Amino acid sequence: MMAGIIFVCSVTFLLQFFVSYCRSLIAASAKQPLSLEVQDVTGITKAASGEDFARVLQLLHLCPESPEDRTRIQAIRAYFRMLNFVRSTIARITPSVRAWTEYERAQCAYFAAVALERRIACSRDMLAQQMDA
Amino acid sequence: MPGLLENFLWIACTLLEVFVVVCALKKGAFRRYLILNLYMAASVLATVGRYRVLTHYGYTSSEYLYFYYYSDALLTIFLYFALTSLYAHVFSDMNANRLVRFGAVGLLAGTALFSYLVVEQSNARMITHFVVELSQNLYFVGLVLTYVLWAAIMKLRESRTQLIQLVLSLGVYFSLLAATYALRNMFPSKSSLFLSFIQPIGFVLPLAWAYAFWKLSSDQLISPARLAVVSR
Repeated sequence: MMAGIIFVCSVTFLLQFFVSYCRSLIAASAKQPLSLEVQDVTGITKAASGEDFARVLQLLHLCPESPEDRTRIQAIRAYFRMLNFVRSTIARITPSVRAWTEYERAQCAYFAAVALERRIACSRDMLAQQMDA
Repeated sequence: MPGLLENFLWIACTLLEVFVVVCALKKGAFRRYLILNLYMAASVLATVGRYRVLTHYGYTSSEYLYFYYYSDALLTIFLYFALTSLYAHVFSDMNANRLVRFGAVGLLAGTALFSYLVVEQSNARMITHFVVELSQNLYFVGLVLTYVLWAAIMKLRESRTQLIQLVLSLGVYFSLLAATYALRNMFPSKSSLFLSFIQPIGFVLPLAWAYAFWKLSSDQLISPARLAVVSR
């Protein structure tokens, strides 16, 4: 009984902490504007939508990985999956939750686009260094 | 002996913990978050000690078992004080350091007493049962305290990104461990399965703290209202 209560409390707190942590990661990239080039490649010209996330992630996999953003991208991908789950369950009957999940999914897509921008810039730097050498 | 995967995870986690301390030193965050960094250093030392005991006495020896659980209990107490040091950061403007320290010691003593009362009935290896029980209870107490701290951050509109990320990652870590131990107590026959989760969970703190120290500057700010699960 006691273990059951602790389990339920822990999972509830875990969800709260995890969502807030992911939002703190996303918040840093939300202010960063996308270059025209990345806007063209990703198709995110005005506002991102949750539907863009999978496509941007595929583009991210085409770029050389940098270890420093790998963990963050994995965390946001897990967050996106969680949002998809909420969208297909609770959000179906609660419009406010639906609006919230759509907004968050769009933020995830924008985060991925900013990560793509960083990886492209990083690849360019590496190429320039190789050319110089 | 632990398998190849366990060994790899063990080494990787230890290297990551070393990296956290190096990052904090390089970025000037070592003294600011002294107890957090000392905890990471103590965790590295405990791993080295565990490795020595393991190679000397063997994986299934009682020496290794004792060393593992006793060092784990000490590290949990260390982490508990690391959490209270984050309280001191959040309440620094209110000069509540003494109150926080007093409350932390009182709560630790209360948790120890509760753990003692739980294991009092078992005659054999009572101290070992006590340290295991104390660790498990401290994870849950730590989780509740982290949640209270998070509520205080939201209420006081604390905006230091680095501090917020340290608190949130600690919350994720405590809740994962508390949930795992609760599952283990609910289904004792599947104990070994749930215990296998502990090692991957050990990556959460060093990964998140390394990112917080390496990538975020101490003056970087964020609006806490953006982070609330229910928007304000």
